[in-house]
Amino acid sequence: MRQNDIILQTTTKIVLFIILAFSVFMFFNGHNNPGGGFVGGLMTSSAIVLFMLAFGLETTKRILPFDFKLVAASGLLIAILTGMGSFVFGVPFLSHTFGYFTIPILGEMELATATLFDLGVYLVVVGVTLTIIQTIGEDS
Amino acid sequence: MTNLLILPILIPFLTGVILLFFPKQITAQRTLSLISGVALIAVNIFLVIDIAQNGIRTLEIGGWSPPYGIVLVGDMLAGLLVTSTAVLSLPILIYSIHSVGKEREGFYYHSFYYFLITGVSGAFLTGDLFNLFVFFEVMLIASYILIVHGNTKRQLRESFKYVLINVMSSALFVIGVAYLYSVTGTLNMAHLSERIASLDVEAPILTVIAVLFLIVFGLKGALFPLYFWLPASYAAPPPAIGAIFGALLTKVGIYSIFRTYSLIFTQDTEFTHTLLAVLAACTMIAGVIGAIAHQDVMKILVYNVIVAVGYVLFGVSTLNEPGFVGAIYYLMHDMIIKAALFLIIGALITVAGTSHLKQMGGIIKYHAKLGWLFFVAVLALVGIPPLSGFIGKLMLIEGGAERGQYWIIAAMMVSSLLVLYSMIRIFLNGFYGEIKLERADQHGTTKGLLLPCSLLIAVSALIGLGAEVLYPFVSTAAETLLNPEIYIDAVLKE
Repeated sequence: MRQNDIILQTTTKIVLFIILAFSVFMFFNGHNNPGGGFVGGLMTSSAIVLFMLAFGLETTKRILPFDFKLVAASGLLIAILTGMGSFVFGVPFLSHTFGYFTIPILGEMELATATLFDLGVYLVVVGVTLTIIQTIGEDS
Repeated sequence: MTNLLILPILIPFLTGVILLFFPKQITAQRTLSLISGVALIAVNIFLVIDIAQNGIRTLEIGGWSPPYGIVLVGDMLAGLLVTSTAVLSLPILIYSIHSVGKEREGFYYHSFYYFLITGVSGAFLTGDLFNLFVFFEVMLIASYILIVHGNTKRQLRESFKYVLINVMSSALFVIGVAYLYSVTGTLNMAHLSERIASLDVEAPILTVIAVLFLIVFGLKGALFPLYFWLPASYAAPPPAIGAIFGALLTKVGIYSIFRTYSLIFTQDTEFTHTLLAVLAACTMIAGVIGAIAHQDVMKILVYNVIVAVGYVLFGVSTLNEPGFVGAIYYLMHDMIIKAALFLIIGALITVAGTSHLKQMGGIIKYHAKLGWLFFVAVLALVGIPPLSGFIGKLMLIEGGAERGQYWIIAAMMVSSLLVLYSMIRIFLNGFYGEIKLERADQHGTTKGLLLPCSLLIAVSALIGLGAEVLYPFVSTAAETLLNPEIYIDAVLKE
């Protein structure tokens, strides 16, 4: 018998965006405060897992039509490529750099290449977590 | 070129990652794997020549100088071992393409193969104890996947034990690192060595930590009495995967003992190295008992992996130049020849359709090349002079004699003889003897399988014949190990 889970679904629709926003906050906050790619990635995956619980695997697949294995692979590739960027400048592998830029609206900001590496970590965490959950959840 | 030292780690890692994007295009997978395999060999040989000319190479990752950052150290030992790794990984790859089957290959086989190589190369090159742990895990997680890859019932059962024992030993590794960090306050190997050498009083806790590390690496490298998990788990996966395990995984454990016991734990050698020598002797004997007791060809071979662990560690325990030279020679020889033997025995099992010695016979009549390749491989394994095993064992005996460890030399000679017996039994019963399978009844072909086996045997013959060419490299490696100051100076640059 299919239960009526309207309360869960309605709450999810609202809470989902708060969690996603918080995960992005965590991701960008990692340089100066607790947070970073790993926690941010886990938080994003937990938002998607909540969506899976409320709406089922099929709906999730329809609105997020990625192969999460490829998400993890692209994350790894981004992380390696940021490390290999140092080859171009003739400095040791994984050397990072930063600079100050003036960006419209946000004003002057410190942008570091370590963020790109963190983006790789973020994608790997999201990809791996969701691959595990999707694979276990699916009926084979 | 600043980043030369990262390439032996980066090439397989990048290959593995790129291969994740198109798992089902098997032709593309094979092509890319083969290309990187060749590139890896070229880079590693270049690296060895570079180390020979310019001394120890270091790479400060991210530009942070040691002991604050992670440093990769390419000394001669590491260089020789990554080169052996690359040299044996290409033939095994060719063999896998012909033997593991499209179903396995279409499911990330090549990716995890290269992740395993990444972990092994990284473990050889790193100069930081915690980074060594991380590379161990990279290697082990790839090996967990490869051991269960294809999920037959036997693989599932054995992988469970394998994972369990390795999770245990990894936890012990972390505990050991934590103890060592709390005693010395550093994790960089060169800095550790310097700090421990500068202690005025003898600290018994360091001996305790040394033994803890011996237990950890002994579990990884199958040292007596911690080898119990190895025979069943290495015999479970397909022969190509067994070959990469038998050739590489235990050797990383041995290398770690070699490195830590020559660089870090040198203050109470009376106790630690005597313990190592005794355990090495027990390992030789225990391994060879297993090898002569079994009737299953794969099991016989797997027990021979354990015997070799004993030989190399005996060399490590001598702490003198001939012993170290012998251990390095034997380590390189054993990586190559074990890979070759696993591949040949894999082909034998394919042809015979069974791994039981009593059920096969007369195979040489239809597969003469395979039979003689096996025969040459056995002679190389035991150490008949023109082939690769001889010079290593000779130097080991010399090193042991210099220390007066005649009992262990005797154990080594006896176990060598029994290794010969155990392997020649396969030759006499499996290849010779009455023909139990006519051509029509044979279960598979050796098509494509002979080339990688011959390549490995050729490398083994080259090591044996070219011992004189190789000697300067090996003796540089041994010299660095005997004088930790060379290593410390190269890393800390003071």
